[in-house]
Amino acid sequence: MCGATRAGVSTDGVDLATEAVVQGVVTRDGEPVGTAYVRLLDASGEFTAEAPTSATGQFRFFARPGTWTLRTLAPGAEPVDEQVTAAIGMITELEIRVG
Amino acid sequence: MSRSDVLVDADWVEAHLDDDKVVLVEVDEDTSAYDKNHIRGAVRIDWKKDLQDQVRRDFVNKNQFEALLAQRGIGNDDTVVLYGGNNNWFAAYAYWYFKLYGHQDVKLLDGGRKKWELDSRELVPEIVERPATTYAASEQDRGIRAFRDEVEAAIGQKNLVDVRSPDEFAGRLLAPAHLPQEQAQRPGHIPTAANIPWSQAANDDGTFKTDDDLTTLYRDKGVDLSKDTIAYCRIGERSAHTWFVLHELLEQPNVKNYDGSWTEWGSLVGVPIELGDS
Repeated sequence: MCGATRAGVSTDGVDLATEAVVQGVVTRDGEPVGTAYVRLLDASGEFTAEAPTSATGQFRFFARPGTWTLRTLAPGAEPVDEQVTAAIGMITELEIRVG
Repeated sequence: MSRSDVLVDADWVEAHLDDDKVVLVEVDEDTSAYDKNHIRGAVRIDWKKDLQDQVRRDFVNKNQFEALLAQRGIGNDDTVVLYGGNNNWFAAYAYWYFKLYGHQDVKLLDGGRKKWELDSRELVPEIVERPATTYAASEQDRGIRAFRDEVEAAIGQKNLVDVRSPDEFAGRLLAPAHLPQEQAQRPGHIPTAANIPWSQAANDDGTFKTDDDLTTLYRDKGVDLSKDTIAYCRIGERSAHTWFVLHELLEQPNVKNYDGSWTEWGSLVGVPIELGDS
């Protein structure tokens, strides 16, 4: 069954060569935000997945190759949108700063 | 039933935090979220360990469900309020499950854990122990659960609603994008299914859209609300969320959740599959 893990933790047992990984950390004033939600939207703006950040502010998606928007929601902050491009065998890493 | 019978907001929950007859239950996709913190007084149900048979691919049986609720301190006449992350995805699945076994008074916290957290409401780490109860479940209500033969017979006859993301529907992904890609043998969707991603029923903060917006959403995607409906996804959780919308919020009488969903259909020999976008 679907072994959902909190994003940004172990990739044990995952063949990263076959995955298009988008991952990163959400920060506020340089500090990780462990209470944020990162939403993965496809090129048409359609919601595809959502990950709560880990205690260290991290998140991870297994996307498909292409362009995506990451919409980040955090307490007391306006949503932040970031465009990313994912590719198979690549880990696309980014830091998302919320206000 | 109406929206106010099945859905409560955060203010309602805060006003009932000390009400012994109201049991808060956190059901999360990320089953460790509860360990970090949770709404005060909430107990946890682990959708993988507690709600699924650990050997066969099926749900826990009536006796096991009774034992689970008794152990968690939930009585037959308690009001159960379910909440979780990711737009109440797994909380909605648990809601459907409670209804499957006949619990009368069960509700969802609108927006779930996400809205609660984004509103910076109180979350506490203390583990909750409620006194054990004696719980009596009903036989499964097969009126809300569909199996594969019924789904095959529904092609072209009933509404089939595929609530996965467009990429999963088209066959470009086999699982949601925050999970490793695995499971079914073949990608695609069941012929004649409309693709209405479950998430379109919710706002960004996880609350449900209005009844009017929801009715428009399904009508515009070709769902004939005068017909019976079967919803499916990959493993039956996201489609439980859509079942909640159609059956509980929009009060459609004959809506079933096909919990076998794509991991079963995409691995069956001899059933029709379509590829491509809707």
